[in-house]
Order: sequence, then C-alpha cells, then structure tokens
Amino acid sequence: MAAEVIEFDEQVDITDVVCPITFVKAKVAIDELEDGQVIAVRMNDGEPVQNVPRSIKEEGHQILKLADNEDGTYTLYVRKVEEA
Amino acid sequence: MAGEINYAELKKGGFMKQKQKGFGSLRLKVIGGNLTAENIRVISEVAEKYGRGYVHMTSRQGVEIPFINVEQLAEVKEALLKGGVETGVCGPRVRTVTACQGSEICPSGCIDTYTLAKELDERYFGRELPHKFKFGVTGCMNNCLKAEENDVGIKGGMEITYNEEPCFSCGVCVKVCRTGALSMEDGKVVLDASKCNHCGRCVKSCPADAWVGTPGYIVSFGGTFGNFIYQGEELLPIIGDKETLFRVTDAAIEYFEENAKPSERFRKTLERLGIDGLKEKVRKAYEGGEE
Repeated sequence: MAAEVIEFDEQVDITDVVCPITFVKAKVAIDELEDGQVIAVRMNDGEPVQNVPRSIKEEGHQILKLADNEDGTYTLYVRKVEEA
Repeated sequence: MAGEINYAELKKGGFMKQKQKGFGSLRLKVIGGNLTAENIRVISEVAEKYGRGYVHMTSRQGVEIPFINVEQLAEVKEALLKGGVETGVCGPRVRTVTACQGSEICPSGCIDTYTLAKELDERYFGRELPHKFKFGVTGCMNNCLKAEENDVGIKGGMEITYNEEPCFSCGVCVKVCRTGALSMEDGKVVLDASKCNHCGRCVKSCPADAWVGTPGYIVSFGGTFGNFIYQGEELLPIIGDKETLFRVTDAAIEYFEENAKPSERFRKTLERLGIDGLKEKVRKAYEGGEE
C-alpha cells in the first residue's frame, strides 16, 4: 500500500497527541485548508488509525488513501470538502 | 396506610426499606436512561419536600429518592405522577430496561436503542417471574451498556456486504477491522466472513460507501453481575428484524417462566438444566416456526 504516491498541499503530525486530541488536531489543520486541498495526516497505529479516519469522514471530508509507513505510523490523505 | 405495612407489596412499587425505621428509598421508573426536564423538575421538588434533598443514581440508570416516609408514600407517588414520573419495580419481575443513546445520537450506534428499550418496556416491564429479570440494550460493539451482564442483552451490530465498484482501495477498512476479517489482496479487499463480528466499523469508516451495513441485533442470554458473575452467551446468529427479535425474547422469558424454580435466577436455571433446552427454544423462535 505504501508504494502509491499521493500529492498533498499540507501535512500534520498527530502522533504526539492522544485521543481525543488526535482528531481535534487533525480537524484544526483541515479547517485551515482551502476547499479541495489535500492534507497528509500522520498518525499512530492502534486507536488513532482505527478512529480518526471515521471521524474525518463524519465531518464530510473525502478520504483518499491510508498508507502504512511501516514504522508504526500511518498517513491518511484527506481532501477537504467545504460544507455546502 | 393503617395497620401492618406490607413490604412485599411496597417493593413492587419500588419502595426499598431503609435502615432508618419508617423510611424507604423510592425507585423511579426510567426507561433507557432518559428523563425529560419536566420529570427532573418534579423529582427535584419531591426530593426536597419529602426526602432529604438529594437523589441516588442506581447502577442501572435508575433514580431513587431516599428518605421517603412510608406514611407519605401515596402522596409522594401522586406528586410524582403530576410530572409524568412513575415508580419503578424491584423484586421478582422484569426490571428497568437500560439503554445507551444508540444510533439516534451516537455516531457509533448501529441500532435505535431507546425506541427498542421503550418497546421492551411496554412488552415486559413489571412482568412477574420466578426471579428478577433484566434487559439491557447497547447500540454497538463498544458495549457501553454491558449487554452480557443482563438476563437478556441486546447489542447492535451490522450485517455487511461489499460492493467492489465504488471501492478505491484506500485501505481504511482493513485497518479499522479489529478481528482481522479484512485483508488487501492485489489492491482488492477480501472478507473472511467467519472472522466478522458484525461491529460495522468498516461500514462506518468507508469513505466510498463500498461497505453497506444492515443493522441487526446480537442477543445474549443468562448474564448476571451480582453475587455471582456470569457473562451472557450468544446462542443465535445476528437477528435482522424486530419481529424475530421479539419472538426470541418472548421465547427466552417463557423458558425462564416455565423452567425456573421459585427465586432462581435465569443463569442458575441454565446451569441446572444445561443450555441446550433454551438453545433449542430460541432457535425455533429465531427460525420463525410455532413450537
């Protein structure tokens, strides 16, 4: 899964925080994007990778890919979708 | 309330004798942990006027008003009714039906727990049985309402189906699955249905709606969490509709009624007789046939 390269505009590392701040930190970063921009969100294995993608989906943004960095972290690529 | 005080009769109405002579803790009827603002207002007024100005929250989402004078019980009940509050039950009968907030409120919920709790309450609440009998409804696998500690526990889940077309192999579902039922092979998601626990996390997290979930009920039987602790057992596959669910819960309660000795808890009956009799009865109910 890691092979595919996805272009992104911004990135945020949420490996330094724990739930529920993981999602909050990602959300704040996404809020600063323009509609349609892509962000790479680096997160830890375990709870973050199990929960953060769903929370971002529930916010209405588009998930493009989850890449295994093979170092105990994952990168989730998200395209911002402005609320209608 | 002249003459002898009949505590067994009082207990039906949820009035529990206190150490303090002449006082009892009055259990109120709560379904699925919800009370309206009006309910709370009248409870507050009654606690101040007739109790000691506080309430006790029970372990099963109930509310009790301690220090109610037995002489004033009838008056208290009347005052509570004006705010739409009824008294609860204790003793050998169907107790408060507990529920989490479920799919109407909680993003994790797979089923509408509150509606189901109300329906179970209408169907069974207060029904006289050989011993206490508890129902609990939890919306999903996170199990906030601890389904398996109840005589009959109901847990929300999902039967899942996969549509290959919208899937763009993002990999999220493979990662969120906690039972290892999903894997990515040559860029395609593969399901091992034997490992699926119906948690629905793939459905909830899929950004392409490639996973479609049909809500269902996972039922456990014979749980108890008091003096004696036993985790209720799942005896059936996930149930997809309420009609079947109620046939199954009817069958479980009937089995208890028909087979338990007086004052014997459901789990003890199952231990004494073995699980097979109940299993056969609920299986028949699940399959829909008259037995």
